Amino acid sequence: MTHVVTGNCRGCRYTDCVASCPVSCFHANEVRVYINPAVCIDCSACIPACPVGAIVEEFDLPEAERHWLDINAREVERNPVLSSRMAPLPGADARRRELGF
Amino acid sequence: MSVAGQPGHPLKVAIVGAGPAGFYAAEALLACGLEVEIDLLERLPVPYGLVRFGVAPDHFKLKSVSAVFARIAQDARLRCFGNVALGRDVSVPELGALYHAVVVATGTDSDRRLDIPGESLPGVHAARDFVGWYNGLPDCADLDFDLDCESAVVIGQGNVAIDVCRILASPIERLRRTDIAGHALDALARSRLRHIHLIGRRGPAQAKCTPKELRELGTLPDWQVAVQATDLQLNPASEQELAQPANAQVARNLDILRDFAARPVQDGRRIHLHFLRAPVALYGNERVRSVELAVQTLTGTPGAQQARPTGERTTLDAGLVLRAVGYRGTTLPGLPFDHARGTLPHRDGRIIGDDGQWLSGWYASGWIKRGPSGVIGSNRADSADTVAALLADRPCLQGARSGRDGLHALLARRQCKVVSADGWQAIEQAESERGRQRDKPAEKFVRIPDMLATADSASRPETART
Repeated sequence: MTHVVTGNCRGCRYTDCVASCPVSCFHANEVRVYINPAVCIDCSACIPACPVGAIVEEFDLPEAERHWLDINAREVERNPVLSSRMAPLPGADARRRELGF
Repeated sequence: MSVAGQPGHPLKVAIVGAGPAGFYAAEALLACGLEVEIDLLERLPVPYGLVRFGVAPDHFKLKSVSAVFARIAQDARLRCFGNVALGRDVSVPELGALYHAVVVATGTDSDRRLDIPGESLPGVHAARDFVGWYNGLPDCADLDFDLDCESAVVIGQGNVAIDVCRILASPIERLRRTDIAGHALDALARSRLRHIHLIGRRGPAQAKCTPKELRELGTLPDWQVAVQATDLQLNPASEQELAQPANAQVARNLDILRDFAARPVQDGRRIHLHFLRAPVALYGNERVRSVELAVQTLTGTPGAQQARPTGERTTLDAGLVLRAVGYRGTTLPGLPFDHARGTLPHRDGRIIGDDGQWLSGWYASGWIKRGPSGVIGSNRADSADTVAALLADRPCLQGARSGRDGLHALLARRQCKVVSADGWQAIEQAESERGRQRDKPAEKFVRIPDMLATADSASRPETART
């Protein structure tokens, strides 16, 4: 089991999840973050930390979202580890409101 | 004058407490790009705080976070001073004079009381002490929990309440494969419990537990989770709370609870989840026998609902009562204290005196700063914030400080037995070895003299390492 970053993580990159990850299991590209399933210890600290509710436990991942498991596992291979907080991307708050958070 | 943090003039910081908040403060300082000299003080001879003494022994994956701390402890710029307590071996003014800055990350070593009649009856305990007991915390090694009864009542529904419930209801052969303390394993093997009641003041939509914790309760063999279907009928305000996207976890909790309520009732042992109940009195003669609960109802707007008594009362049998309604910090001689919150008063991590002024050079992080909330990782973000404040203050944190050399000299004068990182490793290795003989991952030492003797015998050749 692991935790998975899903579709809501795009264009905001608040990185509160990164700041609260005890094992630095997040990787980031220009627009979003991913979780390395080999490093995640399933502590769930990132779930309430994410302002747009993008992170779920694998157990709670709906069938239609299962592809995010592969995407996270693949993308951590080609994006660097991000271990501390960054400034959110421009327009992050607008996107958060748009998503209803 | 040279500025502390530049090459040849390290910024000297003491961190008090080697739990998650302390280690993450160290991590942030080590990564800040300045020249730093960091000393990590821990009152016990063993490190990792609540990761060793709080996280339940069956949560192996969560406990593996200690590998991150072990890695931080190996950094050449950091030294560990185990078995050194602030206020016992070194005073607040002494430590303040030795270092440019001190980060207090001592956590919460007490708990909130219920403040109801009967609370001091034998058989009524802090869940915190029960957790310390099964995790081998030396302070709790001599406690005695009477499991020769049929009914236990746990007050609270947060993660501590769920943990103690799960440990009480876990098959003994499962616990035998964890690093649970030997004395707890023996006592739990003799348990006669058939009912465990978890009492929550508010409703299922306000419960503090996580879906994962709840689901785990449903997987315990020989135990059924009992939930009253009527308890799951929500008022309109709770329905509104549930509909908010930010409350997705709460919605998952409700799904799990509805699944529990729908399972066919079987004979056998049972975990009862009670909502909208608050304890008002504990009864018994020689020891606790029952708990009186006041039925509650929720009033107020969504997100700000409060529990109010309806006037109706109910009673539950209880041979064991564990209160799990929050941890509290305790005072440290020489530092201010917020008695209402059980924390150190602070602004952005800077400790504030009774006069409202910053105690120059003093910082707080983790639970002693913000109270007992969040999980291990929450302390990483918190410590990063505190260290950011410390680094912003660097212009005021100047002057010559003797730091590590001064601390070593002071502790040597007091003949304090300091346990180094090597000593920690020696203790852990000896515990693994003791575990192998019992087919457990580790058998922890629960006595401080045993820990000190093990660290001492193993690290003697290393004493030159200062």
